[in-house]
Amino acid sequence: MKVYELAHARAGDKGNTSNVSVIAYDDAAWATLRERLTGERVAAAFAHVAAGPVTRFELPRLRALNFVIENALGGGVTVSLALDAHGKSLSYLMLDIDLE
Amino acid sequence: MSERRVRVGTGAGFSDDRIDPAAEMAERGDVDYLVFECLAERTIARERQARLADPERGYTPYLVERFQAVLPAVHARGIRVVTNMGAANPLAAARAVRGEAVALGLGPMPVAVVHGDDVTEVVRAHPELPLLETGEPLESILPDMAAANAYLGADTIRDALATGAPVVMTGRVADPSLFLGCMLHGLGWRYDDYPRLAAGTVAGHLMECAAQLTGGCFADPGPKDVPDMATIGFPFADVTANGDLVLGKPDGSGGRLDEMTCKEQILYEMHDPARYITPDCVLDITGVDFQAVAPDRVRVTGARAAPRTDSYKVVVGYHDGWVGEGQVGYAGPNALARARLAEQVVRQRLEMRGFSYPEIRVDYIGMSSLHGMGSGRVEPYEVRLRIAARSRDREAARAVGFEVRTLHVNGPAGGGGGTNALREVLAVKSVLLPRELVDPGVRVEVVA
Repeated sequence: MKVYELAHARAGDKGNTSNVSVIAYDDAAWATLRERLTGERVAAAFAHVAAGPVTRFELPRLRALNFVIENALGGGVTVSLALDAHGKSLSYLMLDIDLE
Repeated sequence: MSERRVRVGTGAGFSDDRIDPAAEMAERGDVDYLVFECLAERTIARERQARLADPERGYTPYLVERFQAVLPAVHARGIRVVTNMGAANPLAAARAVRGEAVALGLGPMPVAVVHGDDVTEVVRAHPELPLLETGEPLESILPDMAAANAYLGADTIRDALATGAPVVMTGRVADPSLFLGCMLHGLGWRYDDYPRLAAGTVAGHLMECAAQLTGGCFADPGPKDVPDMATIGFPFADVTANGDLVLGKPDGSGGRLDEMTCKEQILYEMHDPARYITPDCVLDITGVDFQAVAPDRVRVTGARAAPRTDSYKVVVGYHDGWVGEGQVGYAGPNALARARLAEQVVRQRLEMRGFSYPEIRVDYIGMSSLHGMGSGRVEPYEVRLRIAARSRDREAARAVGFEVRTLHVNGPAGGGGGTNALREVLAVKSVLLPRELVDPGVRVEVVA
């Protein structure tokens, strides 16, 4: 089961840090994500694009998690050599994580 | 008598944003205030260079087009415009707006200009300030500094609106503060009324990226459809004196505004959701609820705020060398192997010419350019090789694209569509500057 089936997501950038929100579609999805989509799991899935660390914030009222992923954007949007310097596409790397 | 209420609309959410939705907002949005947010972090440093070349330049490139689109309706309806399009030269931007108003036959239109965000000389006197990103002293980048600008707060917008000028032009002001300032002015909120500042700041944060609240950056065919995306409308906020907040968008516009779009946008560029720091307050969104009250109308409740900090965030732009890049494409049998061979050849030729680089990035577009080379990637039919590298030396950076471009004739079989590029890097870092070092420079001037 991929995060994509349970949630939607958006990525933002500040300097060399990406933040990716994960927003559950319903209560059951929220329970699953809260338990299984740990900071460690996200750090592992992002290991080849971000050195980390990864901090996870919980927002139960919004049924959302917010992951703050440091050292993720090639030094930041102004200096990055990456095509997607903002890391806009990273929300779909998050949604591609398999929770099995 | 019903409670006092203002409607604040978004006219732009970034420097290259669409223009039609602003005209729609001015003509049919029934707004009291129209806010254009058009400054990325490095924009001011770039525009400062333009100003050095020409004293009447240095403001955001689409300023004239944006004002042309809205000024007739703004004039006819008495809408107040607030914008940071002034970038590195708000005074020249104000003169350009006045010129445009006259050209459109609207007569003289006063523009209130906010001064004081440019703290280049102030920070130059404080080389000991630590850079937020690295902890190193500012001194390390001072020789290459292009500009330093403080994110001013909503009080500057309030004061500029109090002059009565229809248009407020600024340089660097924090994005949510542009919106909150309209509410301070229109609703008479005190600048220490933190429950109200929380409502106004969360509204500004939600609206500052324009269409990202109303179905932009959202559509995924199937799970997340967005109706009439081509005509997506920008958001507005109806705010009452006691801080009741309802978001909406113009009737008949495309897109969608609901709990899902609001949830994505409230967390956009947010780190600790209990401590979102602006010049006006420290916002806490952990208690926020969204409630759809009608189609494309969402009530926002539960934002809280702690008192503002005793410093301003300052963006320091500085020259950081050059980036060169080149691309070339391969398709069909063995495409990836030919792209990999091309990469090796380019690396070898750059080395033979005596160039070395602190960082070289290689992308196989179609496989690894966005999410890196994760495990289990399937080899695609087409691969586009991209090589980019940075250098302090312009010629070394330029050589990267050159050596990719020459692959057409001197590289593997079937390489086509070569492109190359060279750009100067304007990087940014941040420092915190005590308020007492910034405030003395802040003032409002009316260009009439």
